[in-house]
Amino acid sequence: MLYALCFLLFMVGLYGVLVKRNLIKIIISLIIMESAVNVFIVMIGYRKNGIAPILNKTMEHQEFIRRTVDPLPQALVLTAIVIGLGVTAMTIAIAMRLYERYGTYDIQEIKRLKG
Amino acid sequence: MAEKGMTPIVKTITGWIKGLIMIFGIYIVLYGHLTPGGGFAGGVILAMVFVLLTLAYGKEESLRRFRIGVASELDSVGALMFLVIAVLGIAGTLGGRFFINYIAKANPGTPFTLFSSGIIPLCNIAIALKVASSLFMVFILLVLMRVIHGPGERA
Amino acid sequence: MLEFIGLLLLFMVIAAIVAIETRDLLAAVISVTAVGFGVIIAFFYMRAPDVAIVPIVVEVLILIILIRATLRVGLRTFIGNRDFFGMMVTMAMLAVIFLAGIRVFDDFPPFGHPVMQRIADAPTRLYIANGLKETGAANIVTAVLLDYRAYDTLGEATVLFTAIMGAIAVIRKKARKKPTEPEVGEWEE
Repeated sequence: MLYALCFLLFMVGLYGVLVKRNLIKIIISLIIMESAVNVFIVMIGYRKNGIAPILNKTMEHQEFIRRTVDPLPQALVLTAIVIGLGVTAMTIAIAMRLYERYGTYDIQEIKRLKG
Repeated sequence: MAEKGMTPIVKTITGWIKGLIMIFGIYIVLYGHLTPGGGFAGGVILAMVFVLLTLAYGKEESLRRFRIGVASELDSVGALMFLVIAVLGIAGTLGGRFFINYIAKANPGTPFTLFSSGIIPLCNIAIALKVASSLFMVFILLVLMRVIHGPGERA
Repeated sequence: MLEFIGLLLLFMVIAAIVAIETRDLLAAVISVTAVGFGVIIAFFYMRAPDVAIVPIVVEVLILIILIRATLRVGLRTFIGNRDFFGMMVTMAMLAVIFLAGIRVFDDFPPFGHPVMQRIADAPTRLYIANGLKETGAANIVTAVLLDYRAYDTLGEATVLFTAIMGAIAVIRKKARKKPTEPEVGEWEE
């Protein structure tokens, strides 16, 4: 059920990428898709009544093993977020370049002007 | 407006808290293996200090403290440092494998102290340098370096 | 407890729809930041403080950059999407993808039971059991990130470097030419 909601969020982003004409709207849809995927990957590792995968001095190690959430998806998502920022910055740079060249963010207009 | 940037209130507050945010970022980087945080989180916080300076004082002040050439060099230094740490694992007599944690293997420190996990804090510092300078460069390039204008309205 | 994260996801879906469908570009940018902050709260709720610290700053940075990109443009958007027939085809395809994709989750364990519990020799179990002993790092996420899976992090650093180089190459001043001469070779250095 929660996975399905997450997938719905992804589909909203996909709808925006496919349907919208404004380049900024397309970039926004890409950011939404990225967020949905990140949340989904962290959701896979969640354990009910779990604790964060960080040891402290007082806790028994066996209890930590029994209760911790999965650290591997978190590590992967951590890198994915920073990569996402780099990719977003690059798409925005391309969009600004296109705007400077053609004077519009409308991709159909850009296609028409390109000839 | 006579002077660049925001009002004196914002400037004063920024002057007070910029050092604190910087110390917080460095703490997050150095203690990344004991508490939540690490190179990525600390790096973005360190980049945010300069973003804050830019927004409050204008771009001259921020670029005077952290020039774009320096940022580019720090970016490369971070990446190279990370790679050198990795390659030393091959070269060293201790491990013989890429990215092996040779310091922790040689003299394991006591857990829950700062010097307890070998190469991990060093890698954190390298990543923090890289992420901070990369984000600062992106911010400067996309936000300040050019004014958006269409073909008709050339500045 | 479980309802909370459901409500949060619902809020994110609504904010995403607002962000995509609104006419006002500034409102769209702010709505997408609302989605991002929903993601952050979800991370905190799912016991991932390591991951949650990073997007706080990243979202703010994206907000500033996007506002800067939309500010001078005039905050209008274009009325009407693609043509009606194409729109219908797109919606049908999206519905098919959604209905087919949702069946994948039948195979998943229910929320709250991580996948690693099912697999006896999942690598995560090794990381959790031996992480402190082998790497000395109390934060297992950092141990995975910089010791067990440092190759991934190295690749990530490379990708970030490449993306930033790409952005700089696209936007740098030297390549800026007059727009009155739309020659083929203009985009080449």
